[in-house]
Amino acid sequence: MIDKICTSVQAALAGIADGATVMIGGFGGAGQPGELIDALIEQGARDLVVVNNNAGNGETGLAALLKTGRVRKIICSFPRQVDSQVFDGLYRAGKIELELVPQGNLAERIRAAGAGIGAFFTPTGYGTPLADGKETREIGGRMQVLEYPIHADVALIKAERGDRWGNLTYRMTARNFGPIMAAAAKLTIASVHEIVPLGEMDPESVVTPGLYVQRVVKVPR
Amino acid sequence: MKKLDRNQMAARVARDIPEGAVVNLGIGLPTLVANHLPQGREVLLHSENGVLGMGPAPAAGHEDWDLINAGKQPVTLLPGGSFFHHADSFAMMRGGHLDFCVLGAFQVSVSGDLANWHTGAPDAIPAVGGAMDLAIGAKKTFVMMEHLTKSGESKIVPVCTYPLTGVGCVSRIYTDLATIDITPQGLRVLDMVEGLSLEELVRLSGVPMQQA
Repeated sequence: MIDKICTSVQAALAGIADGATVMIGGFGGAGQPGELIDALIEQGARDLVVVNNNAGNGETGLAALLKTGRVRKIICSFPRQVDSQVFDGLYRAGKIELELVPQGNLAERIRAAGAGIGAFFTPTGYGTPLADGKETREIGGRMQVLEYPIHADVALIKAERGDRWGNLTYRMTARNFGPIMAAAAKLTIASVHEIVPLGEMDPESVVTPGLYVQRVVKVPR
Repeated sequence: MKKLDRNQMAARVARDIPEGAVVNLGIGLPTLVANHLPQGREVLLHSENGVLGMGPAPAAGHEDWDLINAGKQPVTLLPGGSFFHHADSFAMMRGGHLDFCVLGAFQVSVSGDLANWHTGAPDAIPAVGGAMDLAIGAKKTFVMMEHLTKSGESKIVPVCTYPLTGVGCVSRIYTDLATIDITPQGLRVLDMVEGLSLEELVRLSGVPMQQA
């Protein structure tokens, strides 16, 4: 019997290796898997590369993970926020590497990894400092930049409902990076607020089919 | 001459957003445009975090933090609205499916280059978000900004001195002084605030412009 349900967040986070690339879902607070991030801090893996849209807010969640000093590099589109003081301090002290990526390239590079795309050309960023040193080509009368996929060892995502096969639905804009990160990582761990029996989810409404998800754990709302 | 205030600028932009348009309003000043779309004109608002058919801010006490816009503020969903993941959301933008996007700017060049993400200051922490995708993706990119910096320099420039967001991507500029189209033949002034002459506008801007 396939059963991806984990009994605790600790069990769900077991086995994440030092040096891993970890995608973390969420845009601002929506879809941020806070319980899984806390469990990753407890789990203790270090020398991590983190992929997220932002670089942490306040002192909790991703900011708390950064504060442990266990993140070597962050790949994100919008690190600077009014309350990104943890990242700002590490960055100014030279203690964290930043790869700044336009948000659409971030999403598409993650999607490309999950879809087995070797690389793609896009007009986004052409002629800007973020395309410096990258291969460019004129396609369809427009200058375009070559971008490579972002693969991950682990994805930590937050969904709304899940079942033992790993099928997921999300809630409103908390969906954001969840479905594409699930496909781009070797090990996808999803927190859900509700676990339902197999077959109860409307198959027309499943957003992330279970094959993209390895572990599901229920967390309180 | 009386400059337009922020709401008057937003109302001026809203006049040019037609029924049925799909629009992304950038963070800050452009967000105000939503408040000036006339009742009954159906316009689909897109927010890049994954929502189409966005409605106004919820009443106090009715915020749902799973339903936010790209500025991370709580919003509502209109009947007919939909949610989608980030790659789909940016495909709407990058695939040319949005009719308009309205962005703020530090500088716009006479050839439509846009600088709006980074001042290039050595100690500044860079952050780009969706600005580069928005700039090149929509069918028309409108910029909404004050005409002059606080020290009185024109934000419409021969060549951008700040790092670029996109090359040749801006179609039209709305400022607190004028509405200006960027055309292959140069800048064309569509309208100006009362009491401002073309000669004075050109003098303040420091770049050539003609009446449209």
